[in-house]
Amino acid sequence: MILSVDCLVKEYGGFVALADVTAEFPRGQMTAIIGPNGAGKSTFFSLLSGAIAPSAGRIIFEGANITGLPQFRFARQGIARSYQITNLFPRLTAHENVRLACQALSASARGDLWHDRSYHYGLAETADACLEQVGLLPRRLIEVSRLAHGEQRALEIAVALAGSPRLLLLDEPTAGMSPEETKQMMDLIARLATERTVLLVEHKMKLVMGLADRILVLHHGRLLASGTPDEIRADTQVRRVYLGEGRSGRG
Amino acid sequence: MPIVAAVLALLPWVAPSQALSVNILLYGLFATGFNLLFGYTGLLSFGHAAFFGAGAYGAGIALAHYGVGWFGAIFIGVGVAGMLALLIGAVSIRSRGIYFSMVTLALAQLVYYAAFQATDWTGGENGLRGLTVSVLSLGPISLNFLDPTTKYYVLFAFVMFALWLLSRMLNAPFGAAMEAVRENESRARACGFDVRLIKLIAFVVSGLVCGLAGSLNALHLSIVPIDTLYYQTSGLAVMMALLGGAGTFLGPFIGAAIFLLIEDIFSLWTPHWQLFVGIIFMLAVLFMPRGVWGTLAGWYRERRA
Ligand SMILES: Nc1ncnc2c1ncn2[C@@H]1O[C@H](COP(=O)(O)OP(=O)(O)OP(=O)(O)O)[C@@H](O)[C@H]1O
Ligand SMILES: [Mg+2]
Repeated sequence: MILSVDCLVKEYGGFVALADVTAEFPRGQMTAIIGPNGAGKSTFFSLLSGAIAPSAGRIIFEGANITGLPQFRFARQGIARSYQITNLFPRLTAHENVRLACQALSASARGDLWHDRSYHYGLAETADACLEQVGLLPRRLIEVSRLAHGEQRALEIAVALAGSPRLLLLDEPTAGMSPEETKQMMDLIARLATERTVLLVEHKMKLVMGLADRILVLHHGRLLASGTPDEIRADTQVRRVYLGEGRSGRG
Repeated sequence: MPIVAAVLALLPWVAPSQALSVNILLYGLFATGFNLLFGYTGLLSFGHAAFFGAGAYGAGIALAHYGVGWFGAIFIGVGVAGMLALLIGAVSIRSRGIYFSMVTLALAQLVYYAAFQATDWTGGENGLRGLTVSVLSLGPISLNFLDPTTKYYVLFAFVMFALWLLSRMLNAPFGAAMEAVRENESRARACGFDVRLIKLIAFVVSGLVCGLAGSLNALHLSIVPIDTLYYQTSGLAVMMALLGGAGTFLGPFIGAAIFLLIEDIFSLWTPHWQLFVGIIFMLAVLFMPRGVWGTLAGWYRERRA
């Protein structure tokens, strides 16, 4: 198991965003996390990436208890995430965005007060390699705010790839994309998943059915079901709460 | 950096008075220190008088009370400012946005009152006197500090050294990390930056730079007025950096020059010169939100692109 979570709880005031989730994630598999709006999917990712601390429970990554560590430790340990709502450095170029992510994960470069940035040319090369993987290399010198929405979504992935994370958390990477872009993105994710463990939040149910090895269903912060795509499709409880209303979700 | 060096090297030959060029040099350095935090890291401090003042009093007290040499006194001033910045920084970076600004303001006022009360050390409201340095000797060299040109270029050498170190830092990966924090703190954290540490280092370096400006100013004036620590001095740094262009290297010096020129000219005409400074500042912020230098640099870049 690359990751396991144990009785994970997140409360906001009295409101329970995530209630007592226990799950294990085998190395190398792609797990999709689905659930209606407000089910707690993004909250789950925020916990797994260390952005917020759980109210209770434990997160075990590669055998070590990382619960409560500062967020930058999660990243340096090899967990990277992309955001549902694009969260980049808007006034910097695509290349600079990824290079910063590479720098943050390079012990020799990140605190360097002395050498010119170009001294660490390896970072720039790694950054360009990440851009190439998502097809953004020709756009490397464009400022993020001038990139198209689909390109920004792809850049989110490139930034997450910067430190060759062993665990990649993708929060609705296809959010707001056209069908054509969505298809390209799903192809990219399938490629990425051959080399690392991927957790994917996606509310377009059809997409994950053909792609994920395993599916977790969240509902009102609770883990409703988990299993293979076929098991989830057959689960009556899931059909009732999710599949029934899934079609009417956002596009 | 080469532009700044050239401009400051030529300043005494174009400025209307020697006193003005020294002020531009030293207040420009002070605003540069502030700008490091505001323009490059995105933290708006309202308390930078504390570091300017700590540098001035540190150097001044070393000179006046302990008979330390001028060179050592500068080091002490810078060191005191750096320690104070470590303290104030560690407390204030726990809050964000306007709360950060308020915490720095409050802590700086605390330093002001402490200096006001500690009359034995600081001279209280009369200011610290008795630190006249007329000859600078360092090893075999000895320079007449009373000669305005010599004085300017001695101060210039210190300022240049500090600016050179700063430009190294800003061009280094650490400078990129500061920008990352400024542009999007939550993303910087998600990328794996220790945002707290970056802020604290930037804060301390900023304090050191302002401390150097303060120490040099104490040598220059031969007195440390209590106003040095007053919140208006913090406001000076904010105005100069904004006027010239926050987040640019030359901006704070341009801002200092404009501000001090306006002060020079209008204070001859009217005791209400601050009103005019205020109006000009307002107009500048409204019509040139990137500051004078920031706007010019922006035009140039767009024309070239
Ligand atoms: N900081 C917060 N304070 C209070 N409540 C919050 C906070 N963040 C999230 N919530 C609540 O927690 C619940 C779960 O939110 P979350 O964003 O995890 O849902 P989600 O499954 O990602 O939904 P979506 O499909 O819309 O992205 C929501 O009801 C939300 O309003
Ligand atoms: Mg969500």
